[in-house]
Amino acid sequence: MEWIQQFFNGISLGSIYALIALGYTMVYGIIKLINFAHGDVFMIGAFTGFFAISVLNLSFLPALLLAMIVCAILGVTIERIAYKRLRNSTRIAALITAIGVSLLIEYIFIYFRGAQPEAYPEVLAKETYNIFGAKISSQSVLILCVTVILMILLQFIVHRSKIGKAMRAVAYDQDAAKLMGINVDNTISITFAIGSALAGAAGVIFGIYYTKIDPLMGIIPGLKAFIAAVLGGIGIIPGAMVGGFLLGIVETVVSASGFSLWRDAAAFIILILILIFRPSGIFGKNAKEKV
Amino acid sequence: MRKSFTKILIASSLAVGILAGCSSSSSGDGDTIKIGANLELSGDVASYGQSIAEGVDLAVEEINANGGIDGKTIELIKSDNKSDPSEAASVATKLTSEEQVLAIIGSATSGNTLAQAQIANDTKTILLTPSGTSPNVTVTENGDVNDYVFRTSYIDPFQGTVAANFATGDLGIKTAAIYADSASDYAKGLADAFKETFEAAGGTIVAEESYVAKDTDFRSTLTRIQSKNPEFVFIPGYYAEVGLIIKQAREMGIEVPFMGADGWDSPTLVELAGADTLNNTFITNHYSAEDPDTTIQDFVKKFKEKYNGESPDAFNALGYDSIYFLADAIERAGSFEPEKIKDALADTKDLLLVTGLITVDENHNPVKSATILEYQDGVQVFKSKINP
Repeated sequence: MEWIQQFFNGISLGSIYALIALGYTMVYGIIKLINFAHGDVFMIGAFTGFFAISVLNLSFLPALLLAMIVCAILGVTIERIAYKRLRNSTRIAALITAIGVSLLIEYIFIYFRGAQPEAYPEVLAKETYNIFGAKISSQSVLILCVTVILMILLQFIVHRSKIGKAMRAVAYDQDAAKLMGINVDNTISITFAIGSALAGAAGVIFGIYYTKIDPLMGIIPGLKAFIAAVLGGIGIIPGAMVGGFLLGIVETVVSASGFSLWRDAAAFIILILILIFRPSGIFGKNAKEKV
Repeated sequence: MRKSFTKILIASSLAVGILAGCSSSSSGDGDTIKIGANLELSGDVASYGQSIAEGVDLAVEEINANGGIDGKTIELIKSDNKSDPSEAASVATKLTSEEQVLAIIGSATSGNTLAQAQIANDTKTILLTPSGTSPNVTVTENGDVNDYVFRTSYIDPFQGTVAANFATGDLGIKTAAIYADSASDYAKGLADAFKETFEAAGGTIVAEESYVAKDTDFRSTLTRIQSKNPEFVFIPGYYAEVGLIIKQAREMGIEVPFMGADGWDSPTLVELAGADTLNNTFITNHYSAEDPDTTIQDFVKKFKEKYNGESPDAFNALGYDSIYFLADAIERAGSFEPEKIKDALADTKDLLLVTGLITVDENHNPVKSATILEYQDGVQVFKSKINP
């Protein structure tokens, strides 16, 4: 019974990592940039949801949609202002800019609002289900459902729609895509919009599930999601999902075995081991990079 | 600019002094005792400092209205240390050298008090912190007692002892789990004290777990605690994490009583955990305005009269008590020499104050009662008072 409960704990935690990891991996897949501001988009999503629920009195789904829209706009704005002009400069320049954007969002937010935490209002009815002796709250079931639906939707967009085709083409070869008449700039912007919208959804889900949100809440989940993306193979969408769930379960197992203080360390040890022994991740092919 | 301003200030105060000297026969310090207050009136923990200041003001007003201490009225010099240790040290320097105060009340936090402990010892000024609860405020790292440093509150580990006594006595608990913040000395001190007392009373600690501050997911560790079936969970920590721990634990079906200490005492706790979730949880605190005790009710009445019906919190009470604690020592010393006053403070026995009957031990820590509060639908309700 204890282990079933722990498994559900791990899946719930993992689904949040997976949602954030998707944005990381999509952006990396298309412009080879690790967007460190992604964790802060997640934070803005959480606060937008909070605002929508407590001030605008919206229910869960409209609040989720609003957070996704706001984050999509924010993601595109960041891309247009900070990253677009660096597309042809060195990768390290773009990476440092990403860290700069991350700090900028965090501290502008703290400047205007203060750093104190906020408690998320209750929007979902609370019920507890008994599954094989494990207690699962209705919230975690709904959260899991929303996560899975969003992931299926994403798979559909990437593999079945025209814009998904364009995204895959740009990721494969930017110049050739341009020659084929694909609007590369727009495609990259749309990738940012979709990735950021998922982060915004993750923010609202995080707020409902964990109650406490604050302006620096994006840092640790952002880094964990980055690990999840690398674990699954950065740039590969199913890899990010599997990596997220796997990381959530590993962290839960570590805590459940009585090493709760080692949980964060375990996540980073995984990152180091993956980078040493299988840098392309679980799903990655060991392809040599084209020169 | 600042220098010339100070000069004008000195000049004008001299002028006032001379004029005052003309009108009355004795000079200023003949009739008054100067007491400084080095408090957090702005900054991060401004609410603590402001509350203490309100309590101090009320006590000083009362004592002066009743003829002062040994016929001398108290002149209170309030300064703001902006919740910053280096600022606290410079305020202490100013109070001791420029104002030459007999004693300093402050500061609200242990860190800001520690920053001025050396200055107090060097200048032989009494330093009395109303609410600094860390054990090393009065005792240095080598185990020496800071001669001139005292406190009105009890020390951190004491709350752990009280919680254990309450669990074994009032609740009749046999098995307990401890879930502590791994990074704070406060939580560690409380957890150790709780464990020692609880086991001495014949109880068993079935699980000892810890968490890291700023964590948000406690479910896996809570599942572990749940599998050990404790009858009671002790969570020494601060409200930001405790709120989430309680919420997640109740969702998982852990219905046993939870208990913590003054670190829980914040309205944010109720917001995070939810009012009904907090039922069946207890905290130890310095005092409760709902305590039926007559000393406390007298104080509550006087406080409400002065501050528009506002109910006094623990910091108000501790600030108020600090002045009476000091006044009692000065009266018993029968002198205004700091050496004698510090000895009198150290010898305090069975002094009845608002926050309890206090006796000072060899480490300058008051031995006093603690109040147990219970959360009922998000409101703290007075439960009982536990004597050491």
